[in-house]
Amino acid sequence: MNRLVLWFHKIGSPPTFYRIAGALAPWCFGIAIVLGAVALYGGLVLAPRDYQQGDAYRIIFVHVPCAWMGLFAYGFMAINAFIALVWRIKLSEILAMASAPIGAAFTFITLVTGSLWGKPMWGTWWTWDARLTSELVLLFLYLGVIGLYHAIEDARQAARAAAFLALIGVVNLPIVHYSVVWWNTLHQGQTVSLMGQSKISSSMLWPLLTMAFATHVYFFASLLARSRAALLALESGKEWVRGIAQAREAHAHG
Amino acid sequence: MAEFLHMGGYGAYVWAAYTVFVVVLFADALMPLWQRRNTLREIDARLRRESNRKSTP
Repeated sequence: MNRLVLWFHKIGSPPTFYRIAGALAPWCFGIAIVLGAVALYGGLVLAPRDYQQGDAYRIIFVHVPCAWMGLFAYGFMAINAFIALVWRIKLSEILAMASAPIGAAFTFITLVTGSLWGKPMWGTWWTWDARLTSELVLLFLYLGVIGLYHAIEDARQAARAAAFLALIGVVNLPIVHYSVVWWNTLHQGQTVSLMGQSKISSSMLWPLLTMAFATHVYFFASLLARSRAALLALESGKEWVRGIAQAREAHAHG
Repeated sequence: MAEFLHMGGYGAYVWAAYTVFVVVLFADALMPLWQRRNTLREIDARLRRESNRKSTP
């Protein structure tokens, strides 16, 4: 076995991961909150009013980062689902299933904030155009993965079935991303581009990118916390989990 | 301050969007804490049942 595989096995062993995740998660939560607060201040107070959309455009600072996270979380889930199916690594199953509710939360926020932005700008809460519809499909895919995972009694079998569904749903990702290019939609085209020039002033761009960074860090914070909880439940018969439960009990009554 | 809350007439939309963002993520962050506590309680109860069974012949 090469060194990378060995390293992965060590990190991937449940007690080790539980410990490391427990040490990292509070830092991630803290950094996410601080960055998020800075981004909110920049977006709500410092950034100037948009000459076309007035102050309504400020919804972009939560809408767009959450939309990115909806796609990012799905990609992360799909990669782990693939690893779980091919190599049957327990930790990958857990990571895949832990990212589903976080991605669903971000997608839900995207849809609601988009609706709140659409009403004053387009005059409607909802329209069945390509971007909105594919985003709704993304939410349903997340809910399908979560539902399937909870519907099957055996947790490991459930994770594999749900991982399979997650992989099939990957086809929706390019549809969401390119929907504004492929179809003539009511939704505006992309403002920020990794390659090439962004169509936004820097005073508006930095709060947006800061919030994007904050939501990424938040994703990992929530992921670690969820994975820890899931590991405890999955390994509840094992010695190391009993140890944690007993230590907690001793602490509560001591 | 009132002008800030007013958001050029779009206050209701902007603040509703930010509220949804904060509330949903807050709920998301609480869920694993709650899950973890429940799991540990269940394990605890099971361990106690097991030790009771052992001590009563």
